[in-house]
Amino acid sequence: MSLAGRRLLLLVPTLVGVATLVFAFLHLVPGDPVEIMLGESAAPADVATLRHELGLDRPLAVEYVRFLGRAACGDLGRSIAYRMPVTRVIASRYPATLELAAAAFLIALVAGVPLGVAAGVAPGSAVDRIARGASLLGACLPTVWLGPLLVLLFAIRLGWLPVSGRGTFANLVLPATTLGLGMAAVLIRLTRATMLSALRAAHVRTARAKGVPEWRVVLVHALRNAAAPIATVAGLQAGALLAGTVITETIFAWPGLGRLVIQAIDARDYPLVQGCVLVIGASYVAVNTLTDVAHRLLDPRLRDG
Amino acid sequence: MARRGRRTALAGAALLVALAAAGLAAPRLAPHDPYATTLADRLAPARAGHPLGQDTLGRDVFARVLVGARISLAVGAAAVAISLLLGAGVGLAAGYAGGWIDEVLARVIDVLLAFPGLLLAIALAAVLGPGLGNVVVALSALGWTGYARLARTEAAALRRREFVTAAEALGARPGRVIVRHLVPLATPVLLVQATFGMAGAIVAEASLSFLGLGAPAPLPSWGAMIDEGRPFLLIAPHLVLAPGIALALTVLALQLLGDGLRDLLDVGE
Repeated sequence: MSLAGRRLLLLVPTLVGVATLVFAFLHLVPGDPVEIMLGESAAPADVATLRHELGLDRPLAVEYVRFLGRAACGDLGRSIAYRMPVTRVIASRYPATLELAAAAFLIALVAGVPLGVAAGVAPGSAVDRIARGASLLGACLPTVWLGPLLVLLFAIRLGWLPVSGRGTFANLVLPATTLGLGMAAVLIRLTRATMLSALRAAHVRTARAKGVPEWRVVLVHALRNAAAPIATVAGLQAGALLAGTVITETIFAWPGLGRLVIQAIDARDYPLVQGCVLVIGASYVAVNTLTDVAHRLLDPRLRDG
Repeated sequence: MARRGRRTALAGAALLVALAAAGLAAPRLAPHDPYATTLADRLAPARAGHPLGQDTLGRDVFARVLVGARISLAVGAAAVAISLLLGAGVGLAAGYAGGWIDEVLARVIDVLLAFPGLLLAIALAAVLGPGLGNVVVALSALGWTGYARLARTEAAALRRREFVTAAEALGARPGRVIVRHLVPLATPVLLVQATFGMAGAIVAEASLSFLGLGAPAPLPSWGAMIDEGRPFLLIAPHLVLAPGIALALTVLALQLLGDGLRDLLDVGE
């Protein structure tokens, strides 16, 4: 079987592993999760109903198989706080997270790749120094601080953009920048390094010797070879963006899955917490697998294993 | 390359030592009690006696930022030490042993590495409840996998080298081969990874505390301080700026140290 096919097959045990971790989560709760969720003064009938609904009245192995079976069919149980199926709550929030992650991805690509190329073409130049500084800065500004910092600067001091919420394009700018800047730093660094080594390749020297114009050498001969690793890292980072929205959504009151996890934790709505972690985890795994498969299909050296 | 590496590593190490020293010398540098509240001086700006101002309960921000350095560095160091020891031990043993043990371990690591780390740490911290010990547990639960993968690759590559065969021929037991012959050669790679890992652990601790899942009040974790100061960005920005700058400087120190060590020890990216 091809490497790409094998990689796709690996998706199944990985997803089962993710679901197992999520299942174990409820059993790590110290004390009785049902009592924690409903409070000590809950009616015994309600306690029994919820215990049965969560499957906590059955042997662990039976419960585990049932959990996996239901999850595979898209049944993640009922949210206690929202009084509706977990999948419906998640479906209403997922688009906001996708929108935020996509915007952050775009910002990272547009900011990261051109700067990385410019730096890789002229190592040691002023542009290179700016790019290296920007990449180090991006790596050193954690989201928990970058978010409030951007709010202070662009929303409070300058008054250009709204502090929080979702709806208009202006609402999207600050959260997407907060989320995307770290990835931009990674892309600058990687693009610079791959361009540096691509420009040292023999076929680039030949192209130059033949008198190919420099812009063509850079864009056609070097960048095309550097594109595969850049695309792969960008794909892996896209998965990380999807999974990394918790902090950004909390800072900007962005109504997505990341904020929902924290709200569910605060409300002790464990079925909803499990559902969110499972969906975010599965999305992350899926994006990473697709990236890997695409990489193996695009790079002829990896096509047949 | 190595020369620039030395300069970068030294700059990072110096900054890190300075931060740790400031944390240790907190009571001398900042005369105020980091937990003493003065409600009359709530949100007071920086001035003589309170170089970074006072917070929502009138506590001295400078004293709290310094004590926060202890929390950040201690949690980061503990999480990395546990992850590194566990990961390196498991990885070196499996890589050296080879066979089905190694196969199984490699698959387990693949599955665990396929899971978004911060998300699992958030879920674990939420289940375990607030507390610095629980933060260390939550960060180490997945943290060891990266080191295990690196150590496994190193051990598998070194296993067939002559000096290992020679040691085995002289009757060295597996434990001795791993400790005396594999550990020294795997150390540079793991050390560089651990430096970046510590930066990651410190940011993760700040993130968990920011979400209210890490250090419990009134502990001055930088993440918790940023969260407390957020509603007052308009009138008292120093509440968010001071702990944030400290956090960024700590990450910068570890990034520089990691970058420098990588060049110095000639470890690939």
